[in-house]
Amino acid sequence: MMRWMPFFLLLFAHPAFAAGAVAATGAWWVWPLALFVVCFFLGIVAVPAGVGGGVLFVPIVGSFFPFHLDFVRGAGLLVALASSLAAGPSLLKGGLANLRLAMPLAFGASISAIGGAMLGLALPANVVQIALGVTILGIVALMAMAKKSEFPHVPASDNLSRMLSIHGIFRDVISGKDMNWQVHRTPLGMGMFLVIGFLGGLFGVGAGWANVPVLNLLMGVPLKVAAGTSSLILTTASSSATWYYLDNGAILPVVAVPSVVGMMIGARIGAHLLSVLNASVIRKLVIAMLLISGIGALLKGLGIWT
Amino acid sequence: MDMNDSKRFDTEQLRYAAWLHWSTLAGFLMLIATFVAYVFNILPPRIPLAKLPQVWSLPAPEYLKVTGMPKGWDWITMLGNGDLASFLGIAILSGCSIFCIFAVMPIYAKRRDWVYFAICALEIAILVLAASGMISRH
Repeated sequence: MMRWMPFFLLLFAHPAFAAGAVAATGAWWVWPLALFVVCFFLGIVAVPAGVGGGVLFVPIVGSFFPFHLDFVRGAGLLVALASSLAAGPSLLKGGLANLRLAMPLAFGASISAIGGAMLGLALPANVVQIALGVTILGIVALMAMAKKSEFPHVPASDNLSRMLSIHGIFRDVISGKDMNWQVHRTPLGMGMFLVIGFLGGLFGVGAGWANVPVLNLLMGVPLKVAAGTSSLILTTASSSATWYYLDNGAILPVVAVPSVVGMMIGARIGAHLLSVLNASVIRKLVIAMLLISGIGALLKGLGIWT
Repeated sequence: MDMNDSKRFDTEQLRYAAWLHWSTLAGFLMLIATFVAYVFNILPPRIPLAKLPQVWSLPAPEYLKVTGMPKGWDWITMLGNGDLASFLGIAILSGCSIFCIFAVMPIYAKRRDWVYFAICALEIAILVLAASGMISRH
């Protein structure tokens, strides 16, 4: 029963219920309340699915809620920022996020995130909606096919990472051993983070879906350190783009705050339910949700579905 | 690889973590307190809540034009309005990284790690530039 719980909960939290309630009562608060409920359940499924909330939030809320995409992307960035900020301290203290690795990558990502935010707010909404739909479908393909490497083999570190002293020690819980890690292909990784930061700022989706594969598969960072450091990078990259959205009136508290609070409460419960929920089923559910919302964004952008 | 290096770098990680913890907590508390004051009309909003459904489907530039909401940092002088007071928590959360990076810079300076000191300085410059509104559209 527990494994199907998210299906039922998402069904009852469906925005169509909110639309009916608003039509019936004319009450302004029904949409923010529906947003809170939807984000709460997105938070629950995001943790076992191994994705950040932002990547689920923007296409789903952008497709099924009445808010303009500018406000949805602004709130999406804040959701990504708040989630990563909340996780940051424990990840740093536990050695699962590496500041020395994060700083140079976050620097590039935060510059390009501003560029993405500038372009995103300058382009017509339907163009951004189409590009978002295509990107989400790309993320679906990446999630369905991407491999992971718990502890990638890095035969030798590159010159840049040696110069920056990017390396660390990771405690393997299973063996109880401390394992040294180092990175390679740092210049290419930095280039990739410029692209990722740009996409994050453009769509307001956060970027854990791309950060982790680049850190883990390209640069050779152990999977858990890659996930933790990705979160730390997001605290800076999302922050620069959030400032731009805030400055240009693209953040509405009535959209952003219920989303942030709902997502954070849901994520805490999702973390506790990790042992109960079937992660594989949840991951498939999330991929299906992304697929539907990606197609929805594409159809909405093309004017086929309103 | 020098194991002592990793232990040495813990100092900056722990300081960053501590600043991140307290600044994030301050941001969340402010966000929730101002939002509660907003929706329960303790701080009356600039745009009546009942009128929001008429404007939240507009693009951001049109929304600003129609509602006359302040641009850039002008909201800071209107914190008596609940909808604008809510920006305070958002600004603190968006500014957390600036405080944290600033806090670890003395460690890099003391260690004469000028490369990371410079990266921190440049990162702060970028974030302050983004926050300043100098690159905004208005």
